[in-house]
Amino acid sequence: MAILVIAEHNNAALAAATLNTVAAAAQIGGDVHVLVAGSGCAAVAEAAAKVAGVAKVLVADNAAFAHQLPENLAPLIVELARNGYSHVLAPATTNGKNYLPRVAALLDVEQISEIVKVVSADTFQRPIYAGNAIATVQSSAAVKVITVRSTGFDPVAAEGGSAAIEAVGAACDAGVSSFVGEELAKSERPELTAAKVVISGGRGMQNGDNFALLYAVADKLGAAVGASRAAVDAGFVPNDLQVGQTGKIVAPQLYIAVGISGAIQHLAGMKDSKVIVAINKDEEAPIFQVADYGLVADLFEAVPELTAQLG
Amino acid sequence: MQREYMEFDVVIVGAGPAGLSAACRLKQKAVEAGQELSVCVVEKGSEVGAHILSGAVFEPRALNELFPDWQALGAPLNTPVKRDDIYLLKSDAAATKIPDFAVPKTMHNEGNYIISLGNLCRWLAQQAENLGVEIYPGFAAQQALIDEQGVVRGIVTGDLGVDHEGKPKDGLYTPGMELRAKYTLFAEGCRGHIGKQLIKQYRLDANADAQHYGIGIKELWEIDPARHEQGLVVHTAGWPLNDENPGGSFLYHLENNQVVVGLIVDLSYSNPHLSPFDEFQRYKHHPVIRQYLEGGKRISYGARAICKGGLNSLPKMVFPGGALIGCDAGTLNFAKIKGSHTAMKSGMLAAEAIVEALAVGREGGDELHNYVKAFEDSWLYDELYRSRNFGAAMHKFGAILGGAFNFVDQNLFGGKIPLTLHDNKPDHACLKPAAQSPKIDYPKPDGKLSFDKLSSVFLSNTNHEEDQPCHLQLIDPNIPLARNLPLYDEPAQRYCPAGVYEIVTQESGEKKFQINAQNCVHCKTCDIKDPAQNITWMTPEGTGGPTYPNM
Amino acid sequence: MKVLVAVKRVVDYNVKVRVKADNSGVDLANVKMAMNPFCEIAVEEAVRLKEKGIASEVVVVSVGANAAQEQLRTALALGADRAVLVESNDELGSLAIAKLLKAVVDKEQPQLVITGKQAIDSDNNQTGQMLAALTGFAQGTFASKIEIADGKANVTREIDGGLQTVALKLPAIVTTDLRLNEPRYASLPNIMKAKKKPLDVLTPEALGVSTASTVKTLKVEAPATRQAGIKVKSVAELVEKLKNEAKVI
Repeated sequence: MAILVIAEHNNAALAAATLNTVAAAAQIGGDVHVLVAGSGCAAVAEAAAKVAGVAKVLVADNAAFAHQLPENLAPLIVELARNGYSHVLAPATTNGKNYLPRVAALLDVEQISEIVKVVSADTFQRPIYAGNAIATVQSSAAVKVITVRSTGFDPVAAEGGSAAIEAVGAACDAGVSSFVGEELAKSERPELTAAKVVISGGRGMQNGDNFALLYAVADKLGAAVGASRAAVDAGFVPNDLQVGQTGKIVAPQLYIAVGISGAIQHLAGMKDSKVIVAINKDEEAPIFQVADYGLVADLFEAVPELTAQLG
Repeated sequence: MQREYMEFDVVIVGAGPAGLSAACRLKQKAVEAGQELSVCVVEKGSEVGAHILSGAVFEPRALNELFPDWQALGAPLNTPVKRDDIYLLKSDAAATKIPDFAVPKTMHNEGNYIISLGNLCRWLAQQAENLGVEIYPGFAAQQALIDEQGVVRGIVTGDLGVDHEGKPKDGLYTPGMELRAKYTLFAEGCRGHIGKQLIKQYRLDANADAQHYGIGIKELWEIDPARHEQGLVVHTAGWPLNDENPGGSFLYHLENNQVVVGLIVDLSYSNPHLSPFDEFQRYKHHPVIRQYLEGGKRISYGARAICKGGLNSLPKMVFPGGALIGCDAGTLNFAKIKGSHTAMKSGMLAAEAIVEALAVGREGGDELHNYVKAFEDSWLYDELYRSRNFGAAMHKFGAILGGAFNFVDQNLFGGKIPLTLHDNKPDHACLKPAAQSPKIDYPKPDGKLSFDKLSSVFLSNTNHEEDQPCHLQLIDPNIPLARNLPLYDEPAQRYCPAGVYEIVTQESGEKKFQINAQNCVHCKTCDIKDPAQNITWMTPEGTGGPTYPNM
Repeated sequence: MKVLVAVKRVVDYNVKVRVKADNSGVDLANVKMAMNPFCEIAVEEAVRLKEKGIASEVVVVSVGANAAQEQLRTALALGADRAVLVESNDELGSLAIAKLLKAVVDKEQPQLVITGKQAIDSDNNQTGQMLAALTGFAQGTFASKIEIADGKANVTREIDGGLQTVALKLPAIVTTDLRLNEPRYASLPNIMKAKKKPLDVLTPEALGVSTASTVKTLKVEAPATRQAGIKVKSVAELVEKLKNEAKVI
């Protein structure tokens, strides 16, 4: 049976998280269909059709789906799912997490949330207890409803496919909810826990003013700026920047730790990041034990250079 | 300021073995006497047991008296001691096992149990609640409520929702409350911060020797089942400590393939370069210890100071309106390295004295002389009397001669050798200047048997609300850098087992004394050992501190 | 308007959990338990609605073992009026819990249900949405602001990259995010008073709800420890690796 992947998009462009979700679907095995539900979303459907490994794109283009309100979207997905899908997958974005459990309940099955690994078609791994344990779970549901954590799966190529596009779905406005407005922080820095790139400073920053060096990099990368507790305790930056055991838990695609020794209290807040970079002049610093790329250097030279090289 | 208040017959500060035993005994005796009696226990930990840390080999004598049917009631005493092994460690590799006949009798543990004292307290709390005691975890007693006549009338709980500058936080500020009582029992454990104030205010220690302390650092491990021997008790003396810097270790095999391992370092140590934490970490590499731990996994970590001065250092335990019980007074028996049964007994004696006092119509606020009298007539006093020389002998004569003295005293005289040794030099006065003391080069932790401080504190589940006044107060903020640093290389950096105190060199090259109060595991060592007696440990916002499971 | 708040008893957020040696789960023996932090925010929001005169009654419900009464008492101390425990010693899945909550909703007929967005133990983030599906109510997940007016709830939601506001017809379900509010402290007098507030105990059987699940946990393991990667020699090499090897910039 085929697998239905729900596309993440803003009616104009296909979001990258969809590619990671298609990758998870490919690992499960079976034809991968992508549902693009939106309003005026033809460009998204075309983009989805080009994604490597996608066999078919279903488009539900209707004003009721413009903002993917779960009350309207869930019945559509449920109807599709009942017609011959073994799995329904969505990215574990705030959007996917919003509508997919509603789909699961209507199908009378549990959702399997935020999988990071496909063991087999019915068995998956997912983090529990904020990533401090990994559960292997098996689903007996007729339709397996799953959200996919994008850091767990390398994305498939956005180009290379040529899937057929098919229109589906009637208008379906449940009439209980409506979209009022949206404030997307486009120009400003992303929120720490939602950012795809995070650059954090530790006590090695020496003072709060030096965090300007990190903001310069952040501007280039569209990154959020964080800090270790040592930097917060030393009074460099306010507590809401703190990443770690007693601060925020982040899992971005890229985490850059600058002048952070890497105490376990800090690692607890960022160890699930996809790629970790450490810049520290102390080559013995524990942060290097978890970093994918380590640079032993004086941060006051390396960070400005990084800003410059990022153009 | 005008605070809300509640009135009880008895308020107890601290839900440890002393406080909870007192609470249970109060209710039991009140029922026997046909009295109505309201008992309230406040506990600064987030739950009963969260701040309890002990070895522990437990002597059930007091428990047998308090709940003769404790077995039927499901008390968590699951592992009887099977064997005592005692080693003298001579170096980082060599050891001599002390033959059984040469061991002081007090170190024999037949009939005792290896327990988690935290879990025993959780059980005691259930018994107390079943008896009608009100227990409020998460509420710290901030200060004693003392009236104009100098009578203790209860306590005041700490304010909640106050920012680091001491200002009330909008929508969160919750003022503390007066808990008034006819009698108030202080059971805060070793170096209780109110107990300390009461001892000073009422000069309770006027006729006692200086109190002596140790810092106990403990870890809980899950080990290879093949290396586990449930019921085995191992004690060591000697390496890595010495006569100038004394102490000893323990390793107990609990149930479920778990062992506890710990080192107690005398806080009379003289070398300011010494780090109890690092001594403990390297100690675990000794073949005698590593034979059990290798391949295992560390589960938990914590530390707590202990009072070990014994009878000679015991202050007067009563004052108008209340009493000190357990380690808040200092009832630990150092010859046995046990304080739980003695703490329980002291609480029970105080409870009996209170019920007796109320039964004859006393209205509270007076001194519980009958508690003192009952204490002097009890097995607790007898036990402490027999052990009175143990610590002082070790301190004065060193491990070998002191050990010999203790052997003679305990095994030949039953603790009643006709002389009393006094040791009146307080622990904080024992440090030698750093310049005159050998530096200690501690090995780097290997991440398998030994660990760094921060990853250790991580396992104590410690946290404090971040925006609150610092609970570690410096009387003179200049002393750490102006005096302690040049003279002693600021020993707080090393004696604190949680990395709370740091000397940070700033960009300008200037040094700064940083207090990471959020890490504090409430062991009280800083309050005890600071050579200038400049650090005052106060209670932070309730629920703050470690969250020990099974410790 | 009656507000129903669902709360869960979970391991305290300060406690580092440890996977059991036999990989059957995490070791919770003698571990401190507490109310799920997101649920505490839900209780606080309901109590604020009552203080503003919008809510007339706050009913708090939990599904779980008898010990969950502790967390219900905490909610009562924070200002809830009445509590319901659906007692079950089984480890229930989110769907079963949503069905039990639906039964309670049917009984209580609240206009607003507030739940935490997720529990910090199972990290499922689905019970509120499922309850919305089963009741047919509108849902406002990850709320950072709730305004009630004219039979509607305007809910500001924390979404990836910003905020979204939706209008929900009442009755509706809202799940809380961290920034919705900062819960107050339970004061000692309120804890004492909470002991006397009503707490009803129900069972799944009495509610006529089947608690079967489509998911079973095969094993629970400690996460793999991260391995050290490579040391780069220069910033240029770092940028090159991030671009071409890791493909994250």
